[in-house]
Amino acid sequence: MSVKRDSFSVSITVGAYGSAFGAAAVAADFSVLQACLLSLLLFSGASQFAVVGVIAAGGTPLNAIATSTLLGTRNGLYGLRLAPILKLRGWKRVIAAQITIDESIGVALAQKDDAQMRKGFWYTGFGVFIFWNLFTLAGALGAQAIGDPSAWGLDAAVPAAFLGLLWPRLSDRKSWVLAGFAILLALILTPNVPAGIPIISCTALAVIIGWRK
Amino acid sequence: MSTFWIAVIGSSALAFAIKFVGASVPETFLSNPRILRINTFIPVALLTALVAVNTVADKSKLVLDNRALGMSAAIVLLIAKAPFPVVVLGAAMTSALAYRYL
Repeated sequence: MSVKRDSFSVSITVGAYGSAFGAAAVAADFSVLQACLLSLLLFSGASQFAVVGVIAAGGTPLNAIATSTLLGTRNGLYGLRLAPILKLRGWKRVIAAQITIDESIGVALAQKDDAQMRKGFWYTGFGVFIFWNLFTLAGALGAQAIGDPSAWGLDAAVPAAFLGLLWPRLSDRKSWVLAGFAILLALILTPNVPAGIPIISCTALAVIIGWRK
Repeated sequence: MSTFWIAVIGSSALAFAIKFVGASVPETFLSNPRILRINTFIPVALLTALVAVNTVADKSKLVLDNRALGMSAAIVLLIAKAPFPVVVLGAAMTSALAYRYL
């Protein structure tokens, strides 16, 4: 019972946030169809916002793909962690892979036994998928209807969305130090190298900070 | 093919590839603690850079405008432990007001 409740409340809250993505994508000149395809096919919030954020900042498509993919590597590690518990075969593995995201893993890992973990994963994965896609469409159509994105604050909604995704990850001193250096590096590089490069360059900082324990 | 389509299709294909590989390879693979540590730091580095660039970059110039005011509101709301949608809405409303009246 409580797995269902957890899954549902996570699904609706996170899903509603899809409207911010849909609106941000359209404000960055993606079409409504492209915004919806990103939610259906890419289906990983931070990576989707990265595609939109890098293109909005004037970056190349290759740059957008690289940034989004690096942000998505954690989904692969989630899969490694959960695959032995989910015991996936054939087409089920394909579907499970697509709904392997922060939220489905988060709810699954909060459960006590394997059976509950499986329920948490599937309920939350499907729930977020449904609501996230519906709200993306709503947000994209809404943004298309209102015209000038700056007049509605959509240009600030994109960095605010990134900050909201970043905030819970700033849990220790090392992360704060890393964040400080990432701001410095990105802003120093911005006037000097092509758009998109300042963002992806910060990967090097993550490697440096993570190298030693 | 346009910039937008390349970005949409390329990022979607790679995102699924990563998820599928993760669900398919044995767990012992990639369990090196250094790789795991770096992997938890990559989102911090990239998301911070995305926050910074999308707040103050205008093409290759750095500017403080309505977006920065919106972000100040977002920070205040996050410190006050406001939920996610409230943070984004608060930032958008503050930025929209600044855009209108400044």
